[in-house]
Amino acid sequence: MVASLFAFVITGLARAITGARALWRGCAPERVRRVYFANHGSHIDFVLIWSSLPPALRRMTRPVAGSDYWDRSGVRRFIIHQVFRGVLVDREHKPDSPDPIDVMVDAIDAGASLIIFPEGTRNVEEGLLPFKSGIHRIAQARPDIEFVPVWLDNLKRVMPKGKLLPLPILCTVSFGAPIRLHEGESREDFLSRTRAALVALAEEHAA
Amino acid sequence: MMDAMLFPAARDQTLALFGGIGGALLVASLIGFVLKLKVGLATPHPVIDNLNARIKAWWLMVAVIGLSFVFGPRGVIVLFFLISFFALREFITLMPTRASDYHALAASFYLVLPAQYVLIDMAWYGLYSIFIPVYGFLVLAILATAGGETANFLERASKVQWGLMICVYCISHVPALLTLPIAGFEGRNLLLIAFLVIVVQSSDVLQYVWGKLFGRHKIAPQLSPSKTVEGFVGGVASATALGAALWWITPFAPWQAALMALAINLMGFLGGLVMSAIKRDRGVKDWGHMIEGHGGMLDRLDSVCFAAPVFFHLTRYWWVA
Repeated sequence: MVASLFAFVITGLARAITGARALWRGCAPERVRRVYFANHGSHIDFVLIWSSLPPALRRMTRPVAGSDYWDRSGVRRFIIHQVFRGVLVDREHKPDSPDPIDVMVDAIDAGASLIIFPEGTRNVEEGLLPFKSGIHRIAQARPDIEFVPVWLDNLKRVMPKGKLLPLPILCTVSFGAPIRLHEGESREDFLSRTRAALVALAEEHAA
Repeated sequence: MMDAMLFPAARDQTLALFGGIGGALLVASLIGFVLKLKVGLATPHPVIDNLNARIKAWWLMVAVIGLSFVFGPRGVIVLFFLISFFALREFITLMPTRASDYHALAASFYLVLPAQYVLIDMAWYGLYSIFIPVYGFLVLAILATAGGETANFLERASKVQWGLMICVYCISHVPALLTLPIAGFEGRNLLLIAFLVIVVQSSDVLQYVWGKLFGRHKIAPQLSPSKTVEGFVGGVASATALGAALWWITPFAPWQAALMALAINLMGFLGGLVMSAIKRDRGVKDWGHMIEGHGGMLDRLDSVCFAAPVFFHLTRYWWVA
């Protein structure tokens, strides 16, 4: 109850500040399990993607987030667990914590779609960093899953790194055509193919 | 609040006005429907479909303005505060601002914008008429140095100032009409806003209609390829006639109302060209996507931005003792 009220307020704020306009360029918003992979520029990236999804998809879509950041305080824990039902993974590879890929695959098997940021960290520059290999390991574990590229435009201007008060600037969320792992496709090929799809989406948006 | 209700004459005139607008929209909707029937309901037709989307959006815009009128002057001030917010958001979105503009932008959205409308609500003419051009101008330039970045300094600073002048200062002169004490016109200032908005918007619509029907010669091909000489002359002339015909809701005599409407229409037309030049420089056709068929908030308001301050000061100069 409190959590859904929070969800309502947070998505409402995200819409009021950014407009959160969704452009479904390469696929339709369907109720199928997917992994949405996006460029990463600010802490509120997943909030905007989540807000731009239709409510039915929102309920089945869980953002993947780093436990080192989100488990640090009670408020953050409440927001990530209760409001967004996030899938928390350990980015520091502590010996006793489960493998992040297993955690994500378990969530997919339980019926969830995921939001991931394959650059691994927030990128303050223009363009896209090289992808980490996790996206390929998920694809190997569940080859039937669709990977949908998602380009977030302008969001970096809303919340520059280190600032707390967001600026009202219109943002768009472009969803590209789904990608599946080809049989026998190498890690390098899959990483460069998914990254190229995101770059192409950014260029299509700028045109 | 509810000033309009205290004066039965103002209430009757307001109702008559909205009745007339509703009638005009009804006729427009019927024409749009007949045109759509002729090409076939299921056949897509870019011009007619856009026309019908525009008419539908007009119903919504008139309903929103009507609702704000029900709440009286403060309702109208809140409405234009929101309009300024949406317009400024569109303007800044299209400007390539940088991380070092953060403080100037945060101050614009969270301090200057609300402050301007509070000053209008206080009817403090001496301050709201200089707040942005003097204090905003100076303080924003100071804030622009906060990031320590000197590259393109003047360009960066002026983008934020232009945004505030157009989207906040100019637009706020519509509700500022409420603060003008005109002898013999007390309690009817909302009608002055109705006059300005009806004249300037009908001028846009009539220029579009005349242009679509008789447009041959482009008037400013580089700035706005869809505007024609025939559209300009026919639109301005007929909107000026409409303004004269609305003299009964204003403190003006019919010939004065005609001259006022002419000034509004010319400023509106030229403002449209200026805003179009900015859009084209940024490589876009529309400011945004907020209003179906029209584009963004600023696409609907570009002519109001330029007409409002001039109409305000002409009225103040000759009718406020």
